[in-house]
Amino acid sequence: MPDSKKTFQLDDREVPFREGQTIFDAAMAAGIFIPHLCHNPDFEPHSSCRLCTVIVNGRPFASCTQPAVAGQMVQSNTPELRDMRRMLTQMLFVEGNHNCPGCIKSGHCRLQATAYELGIPDNHYQQFFPLREVDASHPGIILDRDRCILCGLCVRISRSVDKKNVFAMTGRGIDTTIVVDSPSGLLVDSTVSVDDQAVLNCPVGALMLKRMAFDVPFGDRTYDQALYSEDSVARFQATEANRHG
Amino acid sequence: MIRAVSTPAIEPVSLILQHYERDPGELLQILIEVQHALHWVPEEAVALVAAHLGVTRAHVRGVVGFYSFLSDAYLGEYVIYVSDNITDRMQGSEGFAKYLCSRLGVPLGQTRADGRVSVHFTSCTGMCDQGPALLVNTLPVTRVTRERLDKIMELITARTPVADWPAEYFEVSDNFRRSDVLFRRVFEPGEALQAAMRRAGDDTLKSIRFEESVDPASGVSWKRGADETLKELYRSDLRGRGGAGFKAAIKWETCRDIPSPERFVVCNADEGEPGTFKDRVLLSSYADMVFEGMTICGYVVGSSQGILYIRQEYWFLKQALEAVLQRRREAQLLGENILGTGFRFDIRIHWGAGAYICGMETALIESVEGRRGKPRKRWPLPVVAGVERRPTVVNNVETFAAAAMIALKGGAWFAGHGTQHSTGTKLFCVSGDCERPGIYEYPFGVSVREVLRDCGGLDAQAVQVSGPSGTTITRPEFRRVFAYEDLSTVGTVMVFGPKRDMFDMVRCYTHFFKHESCGLCTPCRVGTSLLAGLVDKVAEGKGSPMDLEDIQHISQLMTTTAHCGLGQTAPNHLMDSLVKFRGDWDKRMMVAEFAPAFDLDASLAEARQLTGRDDAAAHL
Repeated sequence: MPDSKKTFQLDDREVPFREGQTIFDAAMAAGIFIPHLCHNPDFEPHSSCRLCTVIVNGRPFASCTQPAVAGQMVQSNTPELRDMRRMLTQMLFVEGNHNCPGCIKSGHCRLQATAYELGIPDNHYQQFFPLREVDASHPGIILDRDRCILCGLCVRISRSVDKKNVFAMTGRGIDTTIVVDSPSGLLVDSTVSVDDQAVLNCPVGALMLKRMAFDVPFGDRTYDQALYSEDSVARFQATEANRHG
Repeated sequence: MIRAVSTPAIEPVSLILQHYERDPGELLQILIEVQHALHWVPEEAVALVAAHLGVTRAHVRGVVGFYSFLSDAYLGEYVIYVSDNITDRMQGSEGFAKYLCSRLGVPLGQTRADGRVSVHFTSCTGMCDQGPALLVNTLPVTRVTRERLDKIMELITARTPVADWPAEYFEVSDNFRRSDVLFRRVFEPGEALQAAMRRAGDDTLKSIRFEESVDPASGVSWKRGADETLKELYRSDLRGRGGAGFKAAIKWETCRDIPSPERFVVCNADEGEPGTFKDRVLLSSYADMVFEGMTICGYVVGSSQGILYIRQEYWFLKQALEAVLQRRREAQLLGENILGTGFRFDIRIHWGAGAYICGMETALIESVEGRRGKPRKRWPLPVVAGVERRPTVVNNVETFAAAAMIALKGGAWFAGHGTQHSTGTKLFCVSGDCERPGIYEYPFGVSVREVLRDCGGLDAQAVQVSGPSGTTITRPEFRRVFAYEDLSTVGTVMVFGPKRDMFDMVRCYTHFFKHESCGLCTPCRVGTSLLAGLVDKVAEGKGSPMDLEDIQHISQLMTTTAHCGLGQTAPNHLMDSLVKFRGDWDKRMMVAEFAPAFDLDASLAEARQLTGRDDAAAHL
């Protein structure tokens, strides 16, 4: 049960929280959106994309893993942090090969939706144009590493929810990439299946089901209907309501 | 790559696996042995290792892909790594690498078609006081000269095993130039431990049998001697020597007080900060003191398991370290019944495999558990949930050595040296443009100028303190002192003479961080690459004011949002350089406000080649 006595200050609002709740969860429950890409509130946080960085009593922390403490002062929607989130999003665009107009995830993609909502006019930095492997070996699933933002959601979900460990990271630094657990290293002889949560929860177009590209027409897609922030807060609050009545 | 060469047979892998439990924590240690035996980790080995440990192949591939000294491509019979610190470069390492490649007929980073040899760069190997240095099949070759390279290439051509090469190539000197109160005297194995156990005031060790001292309330095994030793540690005010300066006593007490059936004592000998080599010297010549400090820590916090996490660059110390541990077991200084008190503690050695990030304590713990060295989430701290999620003390090699001496001589004695806020003495690793590079022990409070005077480097224009993640100090600042209240330091002092172009250091270190970023968080993974690209652009004479603005913005972003200390401190040297050595930047800059990184004419080269044209009209 929420303890009405426990609150912290988030920008100009008092936000209530439960003991052990993160700043991110408390904010979202209160209807305040904090941009995020590697985090999906349905799963364990990971604090790697750093978009959800907030300033807590003058020091930066990733809000998705930082526990809320009564009375602390948290800044999130400041010009400096908005700038930093823009830069982080631009970085994610230039390190991969993201071509929104030609991408069938367009409209459902959280990277694209974040870029629109943060008001990013261009990628600013020089494109890396990395050579990355596309794995279309599986009859029902495609792994397009060009569009991967290395959020690690598929790795975490396949391990903890699907109980399969289909995905892992290899390489280091800018050469980090997703590997598939199978003798060939391809999806086709792995244990992945079309109903794996790891596949269905990819925030971008890296893991997608085949033959679903145009199930919803452009213009009617998730982020054509609502801003990422609105959709995300609504989903979060619905899940919270289910969990805590 | 071309796989025309015949590669070693896979058989040794099964033999290696026989020596290991089916414990996933052993993965990295197994892969290191496989790499040493086969000079790569082929897919067949991945499958065997995965099956033995009950982990996925993807997990094994992930670990192979993370560490610099593991490879999924065959590296050849002779694997040469050229140390790539700025001090190596100042001694000609880049030219030596080129010379090796051209004479051996192999491009950098590739294996020669006959499978004989490959040449690579690697981050600082910790031989800055006797560089330039190489690693050949894990062994360090110091004081490289062209003559020495010629000899080495002859030996490779003759396929002489590295074990039969002249021993002088592999000579590693301590170069201990100045000792103070900690390292002046010979350390007698056991003396500090006995002193710690006797701190209860009893005359004989027999009267303080360990099992009698279990605290009935908490079930934690500690007793008066341990309690008194902790008090001495508090009195000493010893702060962590790894650079962060956290008070050791607070860490130890926190670890002791968290209820847990087991605790771990981890000694961080990753020593990856370029320009740092004190742990190499401590583990070469003062291993007993270090191990004794760890044992005392185990005694104080109630732990039975110590782990020395050591970088693979120091593989040459393996036999000697194992011999010291064995001798200590035989002398009842480790094992089931230490000094007859019933106190149980032992130390195992865990090797790294080439990853600077593993000096970060949570990444180190991941590596100890056999995984990719990825820093953990900020909470909980290792002292609460470290190795195997048990309370864990992680301290630097030098911290444990100092703790041993504090146990022996008392906290007040230690606190009598140094300054008020930085007690005791500190080891400094001096390298670069000076007459006497090596290890210097000084009480805290020593000035940069004094160190420079003693090492013969007074004409320096700059000193890089604490390595690339540290601070650049210029002449007017040489009166500053090394202490937590002024120049906080891990002890690294790289000296740059008056003729050095400080931009070369920046270029070396931006690429260092790009290579060593673990890739977990966006700002560090992408930021280090962007910074390296922008610095290269400036180096090529194409830099513009807009690029400098980008460098500043990216640096600020990394400092604020990076997940761990690596990304947060990676831009330090750049920021310092832009302020303090602007001249070395300006002489390379274009005047225009903006210059594109993209070279249109160069990108037409492929089209010219395909069409066989090279006339004026085919150029812009």
